Amino acid sequence: MSADGSDVPAPSADALIKSFTMNFGPQHPAAHGVLRLVLEMDGEVVERADPHIGLLHRGTEKLIEYKTFLQAVPYFDRLDYVSPMCQEHAYALAVEKLLGIDPPPRAKMIRVLFSEITRILNHLLNLTAFALDVGAITPLLWGFEEREKLMEFYERVSGARLHSAYFRPGGVQQDMPAGMMDDISGFIDQFPARIDDLEHLLTENRIFKQRTVDIGIVSAKDALDWGFSGPMLRGSGVPWDLRKAQPYDSYEEMDFDIPIGKNGDCWDRYLVRFEEMRQSLRIMKQAIEKMPGGPVRINDRKVMPPSRGEMKNSMEALIHHFKLYTEGYHVPAGETYTAVEAPKGEFGVYLVADGGNKPYRCKIRAPGFAFLQGLDYMSRGHMLADVVAIIGSMDIVFGEVDR
Amino acid sequence: MADFLRNFGLPTVILVAEILAIIVPLLLAVAYLTFAERKVLAAAQLRKGPNVVGPFGLFQPLADGLKLLMKETVIPTGANRGVFIAAPILTFVLSLIAWAVIPFDDGMVIANINVGILYLFAISSLGVYGIIMAGWSSNSKYAFLGALRAAAQMVSYEVSMGFVMVSVLLCVGSLNLSAIVEAQRTVWFALPLLPMFIVFFISTLAETNRSPFDLVEGESELVAGFFVEYSSMTFALFYLGEYANMILMSAMTTVLFLGGWLAPFGWMPFTGALGHVWSMFWFFAKIAFVLFCFLWVRATMPRFRYDQLMRLGWKVFLPLSLFWLVATAGFLVTFGLLPGQG
Repeated sequence: MSADGSDVPAPSADALIKSFTMNFGPQHPAAHGVLRLVLEMDGEVVERADPHIGLLHRGTEKLIEYKTFLQAVPYFDRLDYVSPMCQEHAYALAVEKLLGIDPPPRAKMIRVLFSEITRILNHLLNLTAFALDVGAITPLLWGFEEREKLMEFYERVSGARLHSAYFRPGGVQQDMPAGMMDDISGFIDQFPARIDDLEHLLTENRIFKQRTVDIGIVSAKDALDWGFSGPMLRGSGVPWDLRKAQPYDSYEEMDFDIPIGKNGDCWDRYLVRFEEMRQSLRIMKQAIEKMPGGPVRINDRKVMPPSRGEMKNSMEALIHHFKLYTEGYHVPAGETYTAVEAPKGEFGVYLVADGGNKPYRCKIRAPGFAFLQGLDYMSRGHMLADVVAIIGSMDIVFGEVDR
Repeated sequence: MADFLRNFGLPTVILVAEILAIIVPLLLAVAYLTFAERKVLAAAQLRKGPNVVGPFGLFQPLADGLKLLMKETVIPTGANRGVFIAAPILTFVLSLIAWAVIPFDDGMVIANINVGILYLFAISSLGVYGIIMAGWSSNSKYAFLGALRAAAQMVSYEVSMGFVMVSVLLCVGSLNLSAIVEAQRTVWFALPLLPMFIVFFISTLAETNRSPFDLVEGESELVAGFFVEYSSMTFALFYLGEYANMILMSAMTTVLFLGGWLAPFGWMPFTGALGHVWSMFWFFAKIAFVLFCFLWVRATMPRFRYDQLMRLGWKVFLPLSLFWLVATAGFLVTFGLLPGQG
């Protein structure tokens, strides 16, 4: 009992009001994988968001050091499993740079075509999952219908729907099957109507706008300071796109626009991604029109294996094949940082070779990692439901954040 | 003894039979409402929905019910056991007893009480207790937040719902639900009171915690809201309660605004027993239509945020319904149309 006779002790100077902590994930429907977020909240308002990473850490970078250069390719599919081919692209370009080789033009064009298919694949999942996060359930199912068609293209060209391992240093694994380009053209013709359907359901919906406009605003300066890239940066109004800024493969020949946002809020990022899908269709169309003929792999037996037919007749070819699939090729000593514009942002590979058949070091720069560190800054002062929207608009996939 | 049986035994048997005649079809309707929901959502989302168990998947609700029945009831260690178990029972019971005053046809009502509408209002307000008890006793942060949201939400929307009901009462001059239906012989109240009808429909969405106001169970934030910790039959009771409430709210909308059992334009080709069937058909058809709107909204709308929902309730619906109430009263008084005035 305190001095004044009441049962309630008088609050002392150091009796602080403790905020409410909540574990958001790792088993949470809106955590996009295995994000564990410790939220400090004042009622419904978030005071601090503390993302914990590492629950999906598989040691990819270390594992790559113990594999030959070719064997490392599939690891890149498993980083951001929503946009596999773009990451293979970065790795393939890095190895090609170290080897000093240049793949044939058809291979370059196929890579551009499939990079853009991958971009649509990624944005479809992100946009519709974002809609699901703010409570609209139907777009996800509509988006998956279209994703299914794109996955089919993946399967037809590489044999796998997800982990394709299709882009290889020196070209692509095999040529597209006959009739493939017609089917992709068919997709390009019908897809804009599907995008319009999705937009019709969401973009001007008042509840959707209330949930996304002015939520998680990032200024252009902050976006640069936090190391954001991709739609997260363009949503804030910075027209930075590696496909334009430092074109790789056949992007130089392509005519497309870079959509940018105005306020840098969730709605802007959403709109940027929608427009990027339309631009991707433009690029795909041009890629199909301009598709050159010829081989899809570099004609260098020290890097790319010979064909089956050749091996039946040539002793030399047999030896090359044997060497490539046991020892692999040796890459001259050197280092490179090669980045591509992956759907989520700048995906970079820092590759160090010591002249052996395995990378000495492979550091992966995942765009999602930078986004996640900005989560606390973006969600402070917002409500719990907004954190979900912000995570949805950041487009993070834990495969690449945790590596 | 024979006297006793005649005076008390027989009425009891009849009453129990009446109650069963409502509850059994109601539970069946709930089961098939879940089925209809899955089918409607599937149609909106280019899917097929349940189609494996039985013809067209028609036995799916039964299989789901059986599954829930067979599961183990898990009670969390930190939970307050008594309250934890009482909460779903309360929710379920409340969703059933409200049906006592709903008129299915002229005279087809268990308790034709004079304050039917007040009774309905009281019962639907009590529904929040089940949720608060569940959220508090679960001893979980998600459930707790969900329950807090539920309490605030239901209280906010009940106020404007109350005003909507009062404006209907002004037009009818009675609290009796059958009288309210009869008063709509000339025109269904949905037309003259259109803004109130819309406010009422949206409020029923909020009252039953349906999308876009389903942030009580806000899946993407609070996992499942107040019933995260529930499993097996305790969960099933919440589920049954929620869907029974949806049907109840649709029945209320029908009675208050859509002319209850009255066929459109007084279209009455049958008399006698067939006439009853005809009236009840229209009553159920209207309920089914309102329920379809519930599901339709769920398929198309994103979810509100907590503060936005409160703003809509207090800053938009409350002034609007209050204004319209005054306008209705003023109109009725000015033109001498107030029931009992002339």
